[in-house]
Amino acid sequence: MNGSLVGSYVVPVHPHPLLVPEQNEGWGRLRAAFDEARDAIKDSGADLLIIYSTTWPSIIGHQIQADPNPQWTLVDQDFHDLGSMDYSFNIDAEFAEAWNEANHNRGLQSRTVAYHGFPIDVGSVVALKLLNPDNAIPAVIVSSNVYANRSETTVLAKACLDVIKKTGRKAVAVTAMSMSNRMFTEFIDPSDDRIHSLKDDEWNRKVLEFLEEGRLEDVAQLSRTIHQQIRVQKVVTFKPMWWLSAMNGNRNNLTGRVLAYEALHGAGGAVVQLDPTSTGMGDKEYDEDDVEYYRGERNVLDAEEDSAESTESLTPSSGPALWEPPESKGAVNSNAAPKPVGMYPHARQVGDLLYLSGVGPRQPGTNAIPGGPIRDDDGNPIEYDIKAQTRAVVENIARILEEAGSSMDKIVDVTSFLVDMDRDFAGYNEVWAETLGHYGPTRTTLAIRALPTPIAVEMKVIAKI
Amino acid sequence: MAKGSIVAGCLAPHPPHLVYAENPPQNEPTSEGGWEQLRWGYERLRESLSKIDHDVLVLLSPHWQTYVGTHFLGIPHFEGLSVDPVFPNLFRYTYDMNIDVELSQAIHDKAKGSGLAVKMMENPDFRVDYGTITTGHMVNPAFDKPLVVISSNRSTHYYSVEVMQEMMMELGRVTREAIEESGKKAVILASNSLSHRHFTTESEVPEDMSKEHIASHAMHLWDMRIIDYMRTGQAQRILDEMPEFTEQAIAESDGGGLTWLLSTLSVPDYPAILHGYGTIIGTGNAIVEWPCYANEGDVQ
Repeated sequence: MNGSLVGSYVVPVHPHPLLVPEQNEGWGRLRAAFDEARDAIKDSGADLLIIYSTTWPSIIGHQIQADPNPQWTLVDQDFHDLGSMDYSFNIDAEFAEAWNEANHNRGLQSRTVAYHGFPIDVGSVVALKLLNPDNAIPAVIVSSNVYANRSETTVLAKACLDVIKKTGRKAVAVTAMSMSNRMFTEFIDPSDDRIHSLKDDEWNRKVLEFLEEGRLEDVAQLSRTIHQQIRVQKVVTFKPMWWLSAMNGNRNNLTGRVLAYEALHGAGGAVVQLDPTSTGMGDKEYDEDDVEYYRGERNVLDAEEDSAESTESLTPSSGPALWEPPESKGAVNSNAAPKPVGMYPHARQVGDLLYLSGVGPRQPGTNAIPGGPIRDDDGNPIEYDIKAQTRAVVENIARILEEAGSSMDKIVDVTSFLVDMDRDFAGYNEVWAETLGHYGPTRTTLAIRALPTPIAVEMKVIAKI
Repeated sequence: MAKGSIVAGCLAPHPPHLVYAENPPQNEPTSEGGWEQLRWGYERLRESLSKIDHDVLVLLSPHWQTYVGTHFLGIPHFEGLSVDPVFPNLFRYTYDMNIDVELSQAIHDKAKGSGLAVKMMENPDFRVDYGTITTGHMVNPAFDKPLVVISSNRSTHYYSVEVMQEMMMELGRVTREAIEESGKKAVILASNSLSHRHFTTESEVPEDMSKEHIASHAMHLWDMRIIDYMRTGQAQRILDEMPEFTEQAIAESDGGGLTWLLSTLSVPDYPAILHGYGTIIGTGNAIVEWPCYANEGDVQ
């Protein structure tokens, strides 16, 4: 199966467009934009709506709604006088559980929640009631962790993509969020609503200009600055843009449309559509690390014990034991390379030639596999990223060469081993072209049945000293 | 009508873990206990309050967070199911409580008159926040006395701790005035923790006390400093250091409850009683009582 993201949307969180669109022309235009987005989602053939909501804060990792049919009547904590919101949603509990598992596979703290009466947040309720009023499309909702940084939020998106691809879903990603979120702190007549300040308005328009140009990754890069400039501090940050950008492969060449931008009690409310179709514009270099696994500080309960557990979760428990590389004649061993799975050195020098043992993507120290292992501890195949694995192989090769006093431009010949030629050759070949291909070594690529650890690619290298 | 009075003011934190650990019939999840130091502290507080005649509990909850003004529950009766959105595994509580709407309205009106943005919450579908319920339960599990429930205006995050303090000092002052004019005897409850840095992981058994400790030494030092001020009658120093405390201890005093409490008590210069201190998922929590009845000349 080959699932994908077929669209993305940014929508506001406050209940005015749902409950009282008639009280202010701007609220009415937001409602119309919600309706337009609803129709576009329907026309896209989407079979899954994924809501990342800033009004559902969490502390213990991320939470994913997994009650198949949550029902309640929600009243907003601030705008309770606007009315009540009855809801009954169609939640894809199976996807929620799979996403939760994928989060764990990528080192994230995560859990599903399925309790009668669980208070689904206002942002999610507004989004689902307006974008999916007949519940025709199953949905999942994920919380916004108050402590999550960019790495954690990015990996959360990648875990979601793992499941989308694995299950063949046509998904739409929605971030329920304000642009500027500074509301008036006093009660106002609806007819007097406007963006709280000129400065907030200018920032909002700049962000929306970027989004209309499809420059989602640029907005994500500016997330911290935007938060400092136009956001009330604490809890609700601009982190949904990290998530949405990662869901879209951190690209700057999406096709964007701003369907509406209006004030909601002073905050900036926008409905934005982001189509994954490339505009044809050149994409830009990605500035920050493209994180595959979360290795952050989540072990505050018991540092040593949890640290060991988190490493294990990234590493096949059923894999072979690791060895200290022997210091035999001519051996070259590097602390910056992963330990071997047998009694052999990282490389051996003979004359002016250096022969490297087979190099995989495992990371030194943690033994984690960038791009993910190809199977879980029970031997079940799982999604992985061949390009991330291939990059990690090349990085490990570079470390060993450096230890030996050699370098990438002195590589003579490479033999590559892939466990799934059909699936992985294109991705592997793409990374080759970006890295080793520049140096011009000869290359042979072989399909093999398996490698000792749950990796998809390994390379055997001969280089000059 | 006799003059009303504040008979006690309490710092009464609301982590749902305490209700979970009590295994009351109202809460669906069950536990093997845990957080006993704090629960015993609440026992001592309940025992102390049981000896003081009072008509109403006036509570400010940091988990009813309002950005547009300060709000008051304005319907006589609330009941329903409360599920904690952060710890739903621990707290799914069926609540049933009465509100002293007359006193709520009186405080609301006085606050409005003094220039604060205020609103009565009169939507019958409104779900009472779990902070209110937890503190309400731990102080008075029978819920047999009416409450006044006040929201936490997030002025700290809109502006600064200093602005929050200005607003909460005024809200505290008018709260006291309204109580005195009501002829009622009130217990004041600020439902907040002290240092507030959480662990971000949860042990497999949430009540595993071998995993429980303060998040960091710095948090401990701040908590002890503030508690020392409370125990030695130096409430003014708490207010003076509130900006640093709130920032450096990531303290839940950001919600305004502690400042409001001290203001309702006219910034007490007499010692408070520390009934208990303990940590909950790394946050610092103290159960503290200012026995106004014994220290204010006009309180009977």
